[in-house]
Amino acid sequence: MKRNEISRRLFLGNLSGGLGAAWLASRMPEILAAQDHAHRAAISRKPVKFEFFTAEQAAEVEAIAAQIIPSDSSPGAREAHVIYFIDRALTTFDKDKQKLYADGLKRLQRALKKFAPKAARFSEAADERQIETLKAIEKTPFFQTVRTHTIIGFLANPDYGGNFERAGWKVIGFEDNFFYQPPFGYYDRDYKEGQ
Amino acid sequence: MKQEHPKYEPATEVDFVVIGAGAAGGILAKELSTAGFRIVVLEQGPYLREADFEHDELKYVFHGAITNDFKRQPNTFRKTEKEKAKTQPAIAYARLVGGGSVHFTTNYWRFHEIDFIERSKLGPIAGTGFADWPVTYTDLEPYYTKAEWDLGVSGLAGTSPFDPWRSKPYPLPPLPIKSSGVLTERGARKLGWHAFPAPMAIISQPYRGRAACLHCGFCELYGCEVKAKSSTLATVIPEAERTGRCEIRPDSYVRKIETDKSGRATGVIYFDKAGHEIFQRAKAVVISANGAETPRLLLMSKSNLFPHGLANSSGLVGRYLMFNGAALAGGLFEHQLNEYKSVVVTRVIHDFYDTDPKRGFYGGGGIDMRLDLYPIGFAMFGLPPDTPQWGAGFKAALKEYFTRSVYVFGHTTSLPVASNSISLDPAVKDAWGLPAMRVTYKDHLDDMKTMKFFLDRGMELLDAADARKKWAFPLQESTFSAHLLGTCRMGDDPRRSVINKSHRAHDVPNLFICDGSSFVTSGRGQPTCTIQALAYRAADQIIGMAKRGEIK
Repeated sequence: MKRNEISRRLFLGNLSGGLGAAWLASRMPEILAAQDHAHRAAISRKPVKFEFFTAEQAAEVEAIAAQIIPSDSSPGAREAHVIYFIDRALTTFDKDKQKLYADGLKRLQRALKKFAPKAARFSEAADERQIETLKAIEKTPFFQTVRTHTIIGFLANPDYGGNFERAGWKVIGFEDNFFYQPPFGYYDRDYKEGQ
Repeated sequence: MKQEHPKYEPATEVDFVVIGAGAAGGILAKELSTAGFRIVVLEQGPYLREADFEHDELKYVFHGAITNDFKRQPNTFRKTEKEKAKTQPAIAYARLVGGGSVHFTTNYWRFHEIDFIERSKLGPIAGTGFADWPVTYTDLEPYYTKAEWDLGVSGLAGTSPFDPWRSKPYPLPPLPIKSSGVLTERGARKLGWHAFPAPMAIISQPYRGRAACLHCGFCELYGCEVKAKSSTLATVIPEAERTGRCEIRPDSYVRKIETDKSGRATGVIYFDKAGHEIFQRAKAVVISANGAETPRLLLMSKSNLFPHGLANSSGLVGRYLMFNGAALAGGLFEHQLNEYKSVVVTRVIHDFYDTDPKRGFYGGGGIDMRLDLYPIGFAMFGLPPDTPQWGAGFKAALKEYFTRSVYVFGHTTSLPVASNSISLDPAVKDAWGLPAMRVTYKDHLDDMKTMKFFLDRGMELLDAADARKKWAFPLQESTFSAHLLGTCRMGDDPRRSVINKSHRAHDVPNLFICDGSSFVTSGRGQPTCTIQALAYRAADQIIGMAKRGEIK
């Protein structure tokens, strides 16, 4: 897939900058090797089921994540499948945080009673109620951990289950192309010594 | 071409055991094996190849895929000797064949003449071990040149009015300028400062069979997948192996240097991957284990003859630890810089390199612009401190700032203070049952003033470069570093130093030490170039002594 993308760019001459296609062509073997690598790393496997969370817990945590990085005109934590990343983290490298989540969700429930007494679950409360509830617990290790996990799930390599279709990277403007040519940004266009 | 690498039996007395296959050890291995000696290099980390490296921020930056593992190798930290140290990560180093040269940012600044003779020029500084080096820039210049040409460094000689003299230009032209470089030039011009192309240990053109940089942007804390970074893994280590006399032995964790009754080193004891203890015999031992592990190993190598640790009659093994200071100012610009692309730094400013007595404190440094955070790190630590931590405001900031931000980074001096040290923790052990490293560190007041000075310069530079918004990251006393310097300092006086100017331990005639621990002063925050120049020079000295039959 990536391989085709590169060839297409190469043949369409869709290349800017001073070095041109010859530069790129001379480096094709390395680029392709690097791209293969990228491709392997980028295979996003959507888990068929949660390994740690119950469906109900997942809905609650996903709702928190969706307040941390909301969906608007661009994808948020929900569209980036952050919840799958968190579930995977809690069954692999962050196993020791399982209890923090279990206890944290109970704490969330208590806070919810105060700010949204009518809602049975956090995920069912109105946006404003959710935000008020989270503000009340934002200093807790639980919230801070969900925040960290949400950020990582949004922006880590898609191989970890989040950042679905590179949604997080697209939002912040990051590409992972393995190769670039100048100009890299606005200010180095048309650069001349002593300009 | 398949190469047969030698395998030495531990019972075979090789000419040299080199401990640590990093920035210095890789060079020593190549130079010593090329000169005809039989070498075993013991590296505690694995032997990874370029194909093993990945663009994976979580794995490399947050899970420390190629750095020391705090769970298995804990260290403790305290600010002063009066405190009880707590288990808390205080040091980081790359743990693989190639060592720090694999994951470093590749800023490749030579020291200036002044770095070696500051004490003579400025006088003593109370409460410190501020001293001249026993070698001068003139002594090291040929080896700086050798390092640049042997490893492959991109840069442009003659562009900084503050650069020391050099016998040869850089072997490769500078890497292409980035937006941060253009803005550095723009700001510097307005302020009357001088920006020059950054010397980087990344090849801008094909060099000695290696491909040029693809500008992927994954340099700092990553290994390069295409060998464009001039690590020892990509350069001298394969050359050492091609001599047929050098065995790189990865996954080998050294716990002790053995000595005989006469006080000579006889070899080293290490744990192999399976945890078995092995004794490798050698005629001489070279330690290049980094400025933290080198003193720890010497302190662990105590014996009846050396009750305070090996090579420690001065009591200075582990002392005078220097971290280098850092000052960080952030700026947001109108248009996209896309700093995540290509090498980290393309322009450098050395206008404030030297100490200016008029400032009223010791210290100097260099300045560059960069955004050396990848997406996750940027979202967690990179935004201005007043940014909302979550919600719509947080997301909007991520969107706006990631491609439009850059930091001005001041890289600064640290004074050698005796109480800043690496020692053995009396209680905490590592996964092998060895005493954990205890780090004691508190910045000298002048180091803090220097950081503040550079933070102010950073804010000025951002203004001059027309940043739309600027912010200062709060200055804090150092509690963590990857620059590990000064802990086995070189000197002529055995009472005031651990090694002599030929890198030989004053106390042990067949023990040599060469890495960041050899430093007498800290330089300006980019130590690798000097570590490697020292390694080439040390190799020359050691080869000379060995050939003259002086290593007995």
